[in-house]
Amino acid sequence: MGAINTIEQLEAYRQEIAAGIKADLPTVLVCFGTGCQANGARPVAEAFSDIIEEQGLELNVNIGIKTTGCHGYCENGPLVALQPQGILYLKVKPEDVAEIVEKTIRSGEVIERLIYQDKTTSDMVAEYSEIPFYKHQHRIALRNIGAIDPTNIDDYILAGGYSGLVKALGMKPDDIITEIEDSGLRGRGGGGFPTGTKWRSCVAVDSDVRYVMCNCDEGDPGAFMDRSIMEGDPHSVIEGMIIGALAMGSHTGYVYIRDEYPLAVKNLTSALEAAREKGLLGESILGSGFDFDIKISRGGGAFVCGESSALMRSVAGEVGEPRAKYIRSVERGLYDKPTVLNNVETWANVPEIIMKGAEWYAGLGTEGSKGTKVFSLVGKVNNTGLVEVPMGISIRELVENIGGGVLNGKKFKAVQTGGPSGGCIPERLSDLPVDFDSLTEAGSMMGSGGIIVMDEETCMVDVAKYFINFLVEESCGKCTPCRDGLPRMLDLLTDITEGRGGEEHVAMLEELCDLLTWGALCGLGTSAANPVLSTIKYFRDEYDAHIFDKKCPAGVCKELITYAIDPEACTGCRLCAKNCPQECITGERKEPHVIDTAECIKCGLCRDVCTFDAVRIS
Amino acid sequence: MTDVTQFDSIIDRYERSEESLLAILQDFQREFHYVPEEGIRRLSEVMEVPESKIYAMGTFYKALSLTPRGRHTIKVCTGTACHLKGAPQILETLERELEVKRNGTTTDGEFTLECVNCVGACAMAPLTVIDEEYHGQTRSSKIMDIVKKRAES
Repeated sequence: MGAINTIEQLEAYRQEIAAGIKADLPTVLVCFGTGCQANGARPVAEAFSDIIEEQGLELNVNIGIKTTGCHGYCENGPLVALQPQGILYLKVKPEDVAEIVEKTIRSGEVIERLIYQDKTTSDMVAEYSEIPFYKHQHRIALRNIGAIDPTNIDDYILAGGYSGLVKALGMKPDDIITEIEDSGLRGRGGGGFPTGTKWRSCVAVDSDVRYVMCNCDEGDPGAFMDRSIMEGDPHSVIEGMIIGALAMGSHTGYVYIRDEYPLAVKNLTSALEAAREKGLLGESILGSGFDFDIKISRGGGAFVCGESSALMRSVAGEVGEPRAKYIRSVERGLYDKPTVLNNVETWANVPEIIMKGAEWYAGLGTEGSKGTKVFSLVGKVNNTGLVEVPMGISIRELVENIGGGVLNGKKFKAVQTGGPSGGCIPERLSDLPVDFDSLTEAGSMMGSGGIIVMDEETCMVDVAKYFINFLVEESCGKCTPCRDGLPRMLDLLTDITEGRGGEEHVAMLEELCDLLTWGALCGLGTSAANPVLSTIKYFRDEYDAHIFDKKCPAGVCKELITYAIDPEACTGCRLCAKNCPQECITGERKEPHVIDTAECIKCGLCRDVCTFDAVRIS
Repeated sequence: MTDVTQFDSIIDRYERSEESLLAILQDFQREFHYVPEEGIRRLSEVMEVPESKIYAMGTFYKALSLTPRGRHTIKVCTGTACHLKGAPQILETLERELEVKRNGTTTDGEFTLECVNCVGACAMAPLTVIDEEYHGQTRSSKIMDIVKKRAES
């Protein structure tokens, strides 16, 4: 079918797709997100195709294989979900496929070896919706991910897609904005600025041209919800942007997307083409007389381009340096025209808010932070991946109930939120509700939603150094506080981690933090103090241990630790000696080995290969 | 005379607009594994944009390199989750074994070692991307085996 010219035709088309699908037929959903593909999802999908072709004729069932977007439970990939049973299999290998077809698809039998087992309770769970990682979630932005094929627009339409647009076409532009305002939606990219207010101020500026933009330059290390949405459900973002354009009277949109996300670029490109073919983008959308199209702009690997003014310069084909924002980009943004820039997750929420209403959305979350938020729960935690939960959930619930606790039974120390602009929140504050305002009060920030779990083996001074080093590399160099202040902070932190720290180091760090907060030009510099100040505030004892005792309590800072082999635990297997690049581990077979600390370069290979946990750090 | 057709075939894929510059440079990078000087010159001619402007972009954007890269690119993800789970050890092992510093290329032109600030696959940390292949949960003791296998392919 070609272009859809009216709203009625879209509804008819939706029914036509629905009629072609027999709901009781089994469906195999193979996750094709970046994580699962890296774990070998493609051979698994191919094995399903082969076996269906081979046995297809004798089977009464029709198996539709869908390659879907990221479920978020990447660590256990490749993931295969089976409908209508609702079973989720983890870590599926091509050799398991024949058995899955034979047992589960034909006879409905569950293969125990492939289902989820709770690491703490040892409970076996077959059903997708009952796995703790999914059970506590409330999916709005991630509503279709894992359930639809992102490369097939029919799947999105069947799932109710583009009905938000249909509804918006029947509304006055001003009412669309009011709906978004009333929903309380705040920008999901980090700043948390009220989305409706932003739209309203853009419309208030008198101009013949306006732009709507989507920020998919997801630079915060540890956050990957935007990648997942773009890979798994690009139409939700496109639909959100069309609604935004309609509300603000814009005819051109841009998506600025990281080139480090090749699959996201690919799926977005094909989704835009499909939407144009169906008449959902381009001239006179659904016969309404409203024109709008979206261009893609690929980023060049510069973190600072996630900042709005730098991003707009980069789209225009310039070096992505930020400007001072005396005039906001809603007034003068891209090509000096009023521009609204929202992040991927924000746009993905828009169609649902229009469909279900502001009241419904505002009923979720907390007083100041409405709705849900997608978090990427990563680091030293048992269940890693993306989780979407109502705002206001506590850090402890996230880490313990959904994340299944800290990895290897180690002690939970802190979570880091907000990327390089955020800070570390200690375990003792983990009953804190996660929303925009509480996190800022605690000296961190929401950022784009990365929650990085840290355990007793994480050195907080090293974490501060890591983020400052990151920012030194990513600073564009335009303003002096950021260009020259950050390297000085890195010098100070390096001194501390290498045992040269003195009493004055912490005070000097605090002084520089103050300078950056007040003096830097853009958000990269003004928030750079957070990782340092929050670790000094909550983990001063660790700074003191490095400075006064010349010790790294977590055993991370190389200059302050030594490696030794525990003679009780060592079995004399020689594996460490064979792998030592310095050849400084000696000992007879089946006898405890010894490390010559004078020669040791502390590379950690011996500890990595030891299967008896005999290599200790002190 | 340099053969400009190899550049033109890339430039022609895009609109004659400054908006296309970064995308064209990225395609140069992908095709030639760096942005050649002749490419900058040709792009400047076709787009009627000063060479200095294109050069500035070449030095500003991390994804672009003005010097030739190795046959294989090893990207060690140094995002936060990877950092906590052992990326520094992986990077050190590669630097030591390949005798190359980060962002450098081995003397035989085989490998370029890069760091990337998060590839967004944090659940599989620590992660190494060799050419376009993702290797999750990499260990410092196993990384050289993976690299050697890639070199043979």
